[in-house]
Amino acid sequence: MKTNRFWSWIALAFGIIYFVVPLIGTLEFSLRMRRGVYSFDAYWVILSDPRFQATFGYSIVMALVTIIVGIVLVVPTAYWVRLRLPGWRPFLEFITLLPLVIPAIVVVFGYIRLYNTSSFLPLTGSAMGTNLLLVFGYTMLALPYMYRAVDTGLGAIDIRTMTEAAESLGASRLKIMWSVILPNVLVAVLSGAFLTFAIVIGEFTMAALLNRPAFGPFLQLIGANRAYEPAALAVISFAITWVCMGLIQVVTRLNKSLAATKR
Amino acid sequence: MSAVSEQDVSSPAPPAAPIANERKRLSLDWLGVMPFIIFAVLFLIWPTIYLIAGAFQDSQGNLTLTNIVNLFQPSIMDAYWISIKISLASAILGAAIGFCVAAAVTLGGLPAWIRSPLMTFSGVASNFAGVPLAFAFLATLGRTGLVTTFLYNVFGFNLYGHGFNLLSFWGLTITYLYFQIPLMILIITPALDGLKKEWKEAALILGATGPQYWRMVAFPILWPALLGTILLLFANSFGAIATAYALTGSSLSIVPIVLFAQIRGDVLQDPHLGYALAFGMIVITGVSNGIYIWMRARSERWLK
Repeated sequence: MKTNRFWSWIALAFGIIYFVVPLIGTLEFSLRMRRGVYSFDAYWVILSDPRFQATFGYSIVMALVTIIVGIVLVVPTAYWVRLRLPGWRPFLEFITLLPLVIPAIVVVFGYIRLYNTSSFLPLTGSAMGTNLLLVFGYTMLALPYMYRAVDTGLGAIDIRTMTEAAESLGASRLKIMWSVILPNVLVAVLSGAFLTFAIVIGEFTMAALLNRPAFGPFLQLIGANRAYEPAALAVISFAITWVCMGLIQVVTRLNKSLAATKR
Repeated sequence: MSAVSEQDVSSPAPPAAPIANERKRLSLDWLGVMPFIIFAVLFLIWPTIYLIAGAFQDSQGNLTLTNIVNLFQPSIMDAYWISIKISLASAILGAAIGFCVAAAVTLGGLPAWIRSPLMTFSGVASNFAGVPLAFAFLATLGRTGLVTTFLYNVFGFNLYGHGFNLLSFWGLTITYLYFQIPLMILIITPALDGLKKEWKEAALILGATGPQYWRMVAFPILWPALLGTILLLFANSFGAIATAYALTGSSLSIVPIVLFAQIRGDVLQDPHLGYALAFGMIVITGVSNGIYIWMRARSERWLK
């Protein structure tokens, strides 16, 4: 048993080294811009770059719109399927898994061919249309995570009884959705939303191929032309991912402790 | 509403009764999922089918297999081959290392508090992909990266002098491992939790040694989960492009990068060959994901 534990520590130590060393390496590299001393110069250069502000702002707006579209699309559907169409569940689950199967680059290739200026739905013809197409693409990318989170959340509450109670009190469908179902799956929705944010904020392939001024292509551009700024951007990106994942943990735990006090 | 709800009041999660079914077939309930279905068709299914159909047509729209046959030219085959090699290497290594770490934490007698931060961190790291990941590895293993200079200054070992290059097969594999290992940890930990203590005790009482228990009890139970996860990791890195593109530009011709160049500038001189390229990617990721789903269904039989 002793030797067993020894090897366990070795395995864990290897894992930790593999994951911590690149982070330290990146952090160290990002501070090296000024010769001889560590400084935050690379960060100042990046943060004051107007292109950073523009692309980062653009991607944040895209992420927020994607989250809203995702919620509007997924929550009513998952609710309806659980309430009225349980037989459809495997089919919908299959569809929501598809974005993991079909690479994003293939899907966006299809968009470009299908929604070009000479098609029935010329979305790529205008900047606004392309933005919309990008939002739908992102919604599709986030679908597996959003749907799973919401569906699990709905499974944990008794939507049937809640719906009937609300209906017998005379609530409309919209009202049920907004003030009964949504608050009860809020934690699941937030988890899905943070994950969506983490995916969208640095996404490269779709934004680059649709020629939108998003943060991902900007990252790539800086990477190709600068030395120290990319490391600073990597640290910033890692911090964003970390915050998103941390927020998921926080809301999940908050919900658990709330549930415990209610009991 | 009435017929369905009345009978449901008595039992909170009822199996749909035949009468209710009859009603459902006549009702318009299916309309409720139509927005979602229309979205999925417009922005996921139709674009994909459009490309697949295009792969089997020439520029006049006639059915043909020429595009598929044209895939078998050396430059494109090389791209597929190196993509498959990188994805396979990063999937197998990622699965092996991830398995060891997960096993160490679940079964290896490590303190219990390690587990929660490890899972959180795996969640972060498995999502830390794309362009920033390439930057992180350039800063670490690039020509002036931390590890490269450390090895040179402390041990006098010149990493790049010994043939290592981050912009190569192994460089990309090592980089991909950064999200493959945590993904493996996230997926395999529940499966390892499913191994019942009683099985091990029973095996040991019957005189099995530790390795024998692993070889004859634990592994046969785990292998569908293991193999399935390897395939998932394979598909995961096969479709990835951002990291490779930021790391190597277009110097390493893996399939997604060739397709990216094709979409941007039609480098293959033939859009339908691009469709065929995309079709090949769908086939490869589709098959590996299909087997993954099948394997998972198999493994769930035991691990419940």
